Amino acid sequence: MEITFRDAVTVIHGIGFGALLLLAFSGAAAALYALSTSSTPWRPSGSDLILLRAYFWGMALLAWLAVLIGAYVVYPWYRAHPPAGAVDLSGFPKALLMSTPATSQWHDIGMEWKEHLAWFSPISLTAVAWLMGRYATALKDMKSVRNVLVGLLALGFFATAVPGFFGAMLNKYAPVRGGANIVLMRGEAHDK
Amino acid sequence: MTNSEMQPTNGAAAATLLSVGLGGLVLGALALAGDAIPAVAKALNIWNPTGPLSGVTLAAIVVWLAAWLVLSRLWSTRTLDMRLIGGVSAAMIVAGLLLTFPPFMDLLQGK
Repeated sequence: MEITFRDAVTVIHGIGFGALLLLAFSGAAAALYALSTSSTPWRPSGSDLILLRAYFWGMALLAWLAVLIGAYVVYPWYRAHPPAGAVDLSGFPKALLMSTPATSQWHDIGMEWKEHLAWFSPISLTAVAWLMGRYATALKDMKSVRNVLVGLLALGFFATAVPGFFGAMLNKYAPVRGGANIVLMRGEAHDK
Repeated sequence: MTNSEMQPTNGAAAATLLSVGLGGLVLGALALAGDAIPAVAKALNIWNPTGPLSGVTLAAIVVWLAAWLVLSRLWSTRTLDMRLIGGVSAAMIVAGLLLTFPPFMDLLQGK
């Protein structure tokens, strides 16, 4: 069981940070509901509030790590130009996708949208984390602030889920691969 | 003291939301400008391995944080009309999202 260095970094970017962030949205939505609109609103204690704020700042941190590693580590590998006349494009994912009409739109729409859209996620989630720190205990009575939080959280989810989908599809058709092989486990070749 | 007197004002939330709208709009506008105008793309290419995306996102983040800082100082103790600010912010966010969507970018450029 081996994985290349670039594959490993892409996995950390997409699954380690991106997918974990997507999972965290359900907890954020539940916390927002419990604090504000349930019939018996949650009144968090001091230690609850610390954990609650850490949770939302943790989501913002995951979003920042995902976009920064995506834009400044994985994306340069993805968009690298192949040498003139290159036939094997497997090390140049963007060129590989654009080499055939069957896959070019994965780049033209998928990557072109993902690379910009994803930045709405850390921006909106940083705002959400900050607002939770300031207003968490007042949300029951402040509908306008609650609406702001719901809207920003929905924006953060959209800006995480859509790039996540395109990232997974792009990596199916043109994996970002290369660098040193990392051996995770040794095995034996066999028929069954 | 009543509950409403103990509540924080909504000005900080308004500043936070409007700054996200401004940052999102700048992100979308620069993404379109970089796509449509080669000279802008070159100017936004502040780190070559990442290309114009580096300048687009850095500019959007700077505008977002600067707007957040300034608006927070102006509004943090005030109670504001959140319908108006929410509507303006939502319009800017939607515009920013649309401007990053490649088919919409192409439509605006007549491609």
